[in-house]
Amino acid sequence: MKVLSGFICGLLFGLGLVLSGMTDPVKVQGFLDVTGQWDVTLAFVMVGAIAVAMPAFIWLRRRAQPVFAPSFKWPQATQIDGRLLLGAALFGVGWGLSGLCPGPALVSIVQGGQDIVAFVVSLLLGSWVHDRFFRSA
Amino acid sequence: MSEFPMAWQAGLQGGLLIGFAAALLFALTGKIAGISGLVATAWQRQDSAAGLARAFILGMLVAGLFATYVLRIVPPMLPNIGLPTLIAAGLLVGFGTRLGNGCTSGHGVCGISRLSWRSLAATLTFMASGIVTVAVLRAGGA
Repeated sequence: MKVLSGFICGLLFGLGLVLSGMTDPVKVQGFLDVTGQWDVTLAFVMVGAIAVAMPAFIWLRRRAQPVFAPSFKWPQATQIDGRLLLGAALFGVGWGLSGLCPGPALVSIVQGGQDIVAFVVSLLLGSWVHDRFFRSA
Repeated sequence: MSEFPMAWQAGLQGGLLIGFAAALLFALTGKIAGISGLVATAWQRQDSAAGLARAFILGMLVAGLFATYVLRIVPPMLPNIGLPTLIAAGLLVGFGTRLGNGCTSGHGVCGISRLSWRSLAATLTFMASGIVTVAVLRAGGA
């Protein structure tokens, strides 16, 4: 049931990305183009997502366990440190250059084409290089 | 009524669906819907967490196929920045999201919804560096 839940949630999540416009890199760059021709529409994606997820997480905070697993994996880290900020800053550069963050890149890879495949392969490689050589002790 | 939803309405509706999927995943499995983390788990581990992560990613791929072949949504164009720059961007996204422990979904949607200051700081940081990057691209004529 856990695996089926994962599949269904991934499907809904992916459809949300497509419907919202997040899978369109030109639109994402337009959203980040605050100093130029700013396209504000993707701010509504964030508003919509948080409008649902925030009350849900607040409610789940009081629950003992998820439906199909023994415990909630609440993230434990609270520290705002150099790794967090440097990682986020590097991610932002890649996001701004390409208009792609990990979710939309995965959804779009099924459309094929050299560019998106090259992007996802590089993303996997970058992720692997971090985990292999730069993982914190 | 127009035939197509206005862009902001589509954004809002898609956002509601994204938030619902993230909340549902946590309610059912206890796992945060952070795509960069799920990708690393799916790819690098061999336990039950990897099974869940692979199923989630498979669902996302099926969503992409559904959008392309059933909804007939035309695949968007990638920005014309050249293959080497695109590869550099992919490396930065992959490395940066692991170093910073999350991306738009894990920090931006789930983290802010959990009222995490850490995730808010990460989100503001990648938004800021994305904004600067696009400003530099535009200044360079792209």
